Amino acid sequence: MKVFGHPLSTNVARVLVCLEEVGAEYELVTLDFLAGEHNVPDHVARNPFGKIPALQDGDLILFESRAIAKYILRKFKSREVDLLREGDIEAAAMVDAWTEVEAQQYYPALSPVVFECIIFPIMRGTTTDQSVVDESLEKLKKVLDVYEAQLSKHEYLAGDFFSFADLNHFPFTFYFMATPYAPVFDAYPRVKAWWQRLMLRPSIKKISGNMPTRF
Amino acid sequence: MAPMKVYGWAVSPWMARVLVCLEEAGVEYEIVPMSRSGGDHRRPEHLARNPFGEIPVLEDGDLTLYQSRAIARYILRKCKPELLREGNLAESATVDVWVEVESHQLHPILRDIVVQCIINPYIGLDRDQAVVDENLAKLRPLLQVYESRLSSSPYLAGDHVSLADLSHFGFMRYFMASEYTGVVDDYPRVKAWWDALLARPSVKKVIAGMPPDFGMGSGKMP
Repeated sequence: MKVFGHPLSTNVARVLVCLEEVGAEYELVTLDFLAGEHNVPDHVARNPFGKIPALQDGDLILFESRAIAKYILRKFKSREVDLLREGDIEAAAMVDAWTEVEAQQYYPALSPVVFECIIFPIMRGTTTDQSVVDESLEKLKKVLDVYEAQLSKHEYLAGDFFSFADLNHFPFTFYFMATPYAPVFDAYPRVKAWWQRLMLRPSIKKISGNMPTRF
Repeated sequence: MAPMKVYGWAVSPWMARVLVCLEEAGVEYEIVPMSRSGGDHRRPEHLARNPFGEIPVLEDGDLTLYQSRAIARYILRKCKPELLREGNLAESATVDVWVEVESHQLHPILRDIVVQCIINPYIGLDRDQAVVDENLAKLRPLLQVYESRLSSSPYLAGDHVSLADLSHFGFMRYFMASEYTGVVDDYPRVKAWWDALLARPSVKKVIAGMPPDFGMGSGKMP
């Protein structure tokens, strides 16, 4: 299996961590997106939006990191590693719901801080817009209130089992923890403990090891 | 078997995603109407169902579920799994790809145009034409990708309708009722795909509860 992308990319990391969780063999073909390699015709043929990641598995080409991730988790599903739980309709619903919550609630609240503090300074040379950060942190705290309540009931987001829903939080949270605002999580002890459990996973240790936070 | 319950207001495009799946699956359900202007979604009774204070919410027996795409998947997995193609790795992945494209690429654009063009006039806000123009500029290349995709097959994930197509219905419905509906005429396969969706009995039934002005012109604020 080939993944086209770059180890710094959060969406590529989403896919790589799933490959590591299932123990699949894969190759990361690095595209230099700072040099515009994602826009060359060969890559646009894989991903018509010219974005990363793209996946090639034999004749099948996929894009959109969450779709790629689910494909991998289904293909390599085993009794030991079943991160989607599609055989259990209620468990699968919880995985889907918290996967959507990451995309629709958590990410919009947390990612602007990562963009302002890390990504834009590197990609655009800008300085942090503090008003964007402050507004995002207020939204994030409200979201974390809900997460704290959920993680008081269960060890993981979709229930008492680790799932794709938890994994989806890794890439952007990892970069958030490299901003000066990491201490925001200190007021949410169960969320913080959940994050620390995630960081102990071999898949996450391996992939985050390729994601420098200082440039 | 008690009918499934869906909490929310029928004019919501997110609600529509769920309703069209219920109709396609032929599931017995009832809508529990809530008032957006009355703030029903912020009341403790609703926060107990969905701590994010949003609609739709599904109740099926002991299960309470939120996030419209998760609800849609649950309904189809339970009652019409062929619309997810989960037995086939490549096909189910293709369904997922186009559900994600709608979620992350098309939805933000259509939402912003609909808010500026349809909603703002009713809530006493000026339209920001710059926002509309910025989104139209992003929309065209995106529709070109859809046009290419629909050149290979009549539906987004192949020869038959799937969640990928149905997931587009709610926001497309309002965009196509806006003054910018003509943009899609430049993409004939997209137009044909949209017309095919409109012809489906499930869509006809759900659209009946979605007046193009969200009910605001007739004084029926959701």
